[in-house]
Amino acid sequence: MFGGLLIYFTQDFPSWGDPQAPASMHVSPRYIEKTMEETSVPNIVTAVLADYRGYDTMFETIVIFTAGIASILLLRVLKRTKSERQMYRHVPTGLTLRIEKGFGPPPDSKDFERIDLMWVPYDLIVKTGSRLIVPFSQLFALYVIAHGHHSPGGGFQGGVILGASIILFAISNNLRSSFTLISEKLAVLLCGLGVILYAGTGALCMFFGSNFLDYGALSQILGVDLVTARSHGILMVEIGVGICVMAVMVLLYYNLASAGRHDEGL
Amino acid sequence: MIWEIELVVLLIVLICGIGAIMVKDLLGAAILFGAYSFMMCLLWAIMGAVDVAFTEASVGAGISTVLFVAAVFRTSRRTKD
Repeated sequence: MFGGLLIYFTQDFPSWGDPQAPASMHVSPRYIEKTMEETSVPNIVTAVLADYRGYDTMFETIVIFTAGIASILLLRVLKRTKSERQMYRHVPTGLTLRIEKGFGPPPDSKDFERIDLMWVPYDLIVKTGSRLIVPFSQLFALYVIAHGHHSPGGGFQGGVILGASIILFAISNNLRSSFTLISEKLAVLLCGLGVILYAGTGALCMFFGSNFLDYGALSQILGVDLVTARSHGILMVEIGVGICVMAVMVLLYYNLASAGRHDEGL
Repeated sequence: MIWEIELVVLLIVLICGIGAIMVKDLLGAAILFGAYSFMMCLLWAIMGAVDVAFTEASVGAGISTVLFVAAVFRTSRRTKD
């Protein structure tokens, strides 16, 4: 019934795309006309997100950072005891051992490798396919971040694709081999680094006497005119957002797929 | 935009949304969420919001489905209700 009431009240809104609505008479024309001459960024959405409404995007980034930290606080299990059931595989003969209650092979022997509880044999198609896809998708993600000024995209989308490429690597190969690339410490550091980049750009603008997140002040250290300084400020901020989002995606996957224990996984 | 295509996309959104709640297999529900997200991405591209469609495609059909599957892997596969 409440939904019915809401639908009845939406009849009162201006119709979608109405040129006489207040949103398209006062808000939109100002952004559409002034973006190119004030920031020289053709993509109006990115300019509004990162420059005109940059304060909101900063808090959005902080919310994403909080989600990553919350997943660690909720799921992470830090006990040092090994799980009861581990499986090892003897590489020269291909035997699989299931070891219960804490005994194990000598830790330095090269013949035994640790495998997951649900282990499938070496699959050529999955490994080769992901080996081909991961570098190209990372390159595409960097392109999306850097080209956010002219094409749809920007920091957030590029960061998600970067995180997804690392998750693809963790799925196709072992989760433990992904820990050697992006350890948990590095992911948490990158998380904070992204937020510091964003807030730091704003604070840097304050050092030169302007308001917080007013990128025009950056023209004094970059040595370019006011308009290009805003464009560069948008780029720095998008890089910060991309780094933070990538680290949070990786952290979320690590904590979910291994139930906090960080030893086995999908 | 041709209104028949919009109608079909909207219908698939409805069906995916209701199906994701009613299905008993949680892995199937995760895949239905992915399909729902992809149809929302198409809807936003039809409305002209390309940035939002890009974000929805990357987050919904990429990350969100993977995280759902990882969560189903760690808990039970059949819904408890």
